[in-house]
Amino acid sequence: MSEPIVQYKDVHKSFGDVKVLKGIDLDIHPAEKVAVIGPSGSGKTTIIRMLMTLEEPTSGDIIVDGTNLWKMEKNGAMVDANEKHLRQVRGDIGMVFQHFNLFPHMTILENCMTAPINVKGEDKKEVEQRSMEMLERVGLGDKFDNYPSQLSGGQKQRVAMARALVMRPKVMLFDEVTSALDPELVGEVLEVIRDIAKNDDMAMVLVTHEMDFALDIADKVLFLDEGVIAEQGSAADVIEHSENPRLREFLSRFRN
Amino acid sequence: MDDIINISSQLGRGLGITITILIASALFAYLMGFIAGLSRLSKNVFLRKFTGLYIEIFRGTSLIVQLFWLYYAIPMLFGIDLGSNWVIGVIAIGLNYGAYLSEVVRGSIISVAPGQYEAATALNMSSTQRMRLIIFPQAVRMMLPEFGNYTIQMLKGTALVSLIGLNDILYYGDILRSSNLSQAPLIYIVVLGFYFLLALPLIFATRKAEEISKKGVAS
Ligand SMILES: Nc1ncnc2c1ncn2[C@@H]1O[C@H](COP(=O)(O)OP(=O)(O)OP(=O)(O)O)[C@@H](O)[C@H]1O
Ligand SMILES: [Mg+2]
Repeated sequence: MSEPIVQYKDVHKSFGDVKVLKGIDLDIHPAEKVAVIGPSGSGKTTIIRMLMTLEEPTSGDIIVDGTNLWKMEKNGAMVDANEKHLRQVRGDIGMVFQHFNLFPHMTILENCMTAPINVKGEDKKEVEQRSMEMLERVGLGDKFDNYPSQLSGGQKQRVAMARALVMRPKVMLFDEVTSALDPELVGEVLEVIRDIAKNDDMAMVLVTHEMDFALDIADKVLFLDEGVIAEQGSAADVIEHSENPRLREFLSRFRN
Repeated sequence: MDDIINISSQLGRGLGITITILIASALFAYLMGFIAGLSRLSKNVFLRKFTGLYIEIFRGTSLIVQLFWLYYAIPMLFGIDLGSNWVIGVIAIGLNYGAYLSEVVRGSIISVAPGQYEAATALNMSSTQRMRLIIFPQAVRMMLPEFGNYTIQMLKGTALVSLIGLNDILYYGDILRSSNLSQAPLIYIVVLGFYFLLALPLIFATRKAEEISKKGVAS
């Protein structure tokens, strides 16, 4: 198998006195689709936020494409990463949020274009073309001139995905991207994720409560419980055949 | 009717001073508002404390006292000549309202939703890009209505400069009254009318600003 694109090595995270993650070891391979499931408060969001540099691990290492994300070498010693280092390493990572977080003062086309132009310094014409293609792909080509406030929740989330895709990340993180949506809008967003999962070769990490969907697209499922990865394996192994009582109990809440 | 026209033409002589003082002190206050507001958010403790002191002093004392300080006290105490009374009026009003506006600037920046910082980070923006492209443009939209309100207050504040010998609208009103006591009510009605007419465009601009700021901000 190929070298992992992301590695967590004994990663711990506490908020104050509360130990949220208690030793996470995890490999994510290029193009791998990983689903993260687990009870509320088990630390699912925290795991992916540390990879996006939104939360700093208390201890342990996260390696992205061979480079330590949160530490850098300085005069032969490893020290805390500065902003420059973080920016160099996290360029391979993209993220879609539960609450979309579109930029409300920009049109949806501008939302897609601002980072490739300002962050990567890419050619404006090229970025515009690519952004339009992505908006077409998520079914919103005709809305390019609209502001986020003019869109439905499902449309906003599809724009957020297009915006992340235009940056061409190697790893895309999805944090319960359908849980803030009205039930009738969930389908359209899952369709786009399914399309990305089937056709793009980037790795994906999905925190989700959509069990059937996770089973369908994931190569690997992680069951997170009380700050550790309690179960991991293929979707079939974890969701269908696991003997873990807490996992069975957790899953039974989704089956009626 | 003739009286009103006569009074108006007298008051009109002060229009230039009132308007130039308003424009200059508003621009100065906006500038101070941004400088002090951003300094309050700086990582530098000294800068934060120093700006905090400026803000508390100017918000905690009255504009008229500050005006007298700059006009009478500072030149005598320190032998510093701050310039003409026009300049002193602009400095006093600008510093005073700048202190208030800095709180508006600071408050708007910190009230941009945290998700906006996070989305910008996820797109790998630097902290400067994040501020310039994402946070600041949204914060400015939120600031607009308050900037409008404070500009209207500044217009009213300009009337105080008649007390340091500037010939603004109120000054000419006072002159007229002292030579014509029986007309005092009418004179001051026209004075009111003048200030209200000047405030009208500001009131409309503030309404417009409220509409703009309702769009285009994440909450
Ligand atoms: N910034 C923070 N400060 C303090 N505590 C936090 C912070 N972020 C998360 N936590 C706590 O860490 C724990 C794990 O949070 P996290 O959001 O990772 O859980 P989750 O598995 O994503 O839960 P959910 O399914 O509800 O989204 C929770 O107990 C939460 O209260
Ligand atoms: Mg979560």
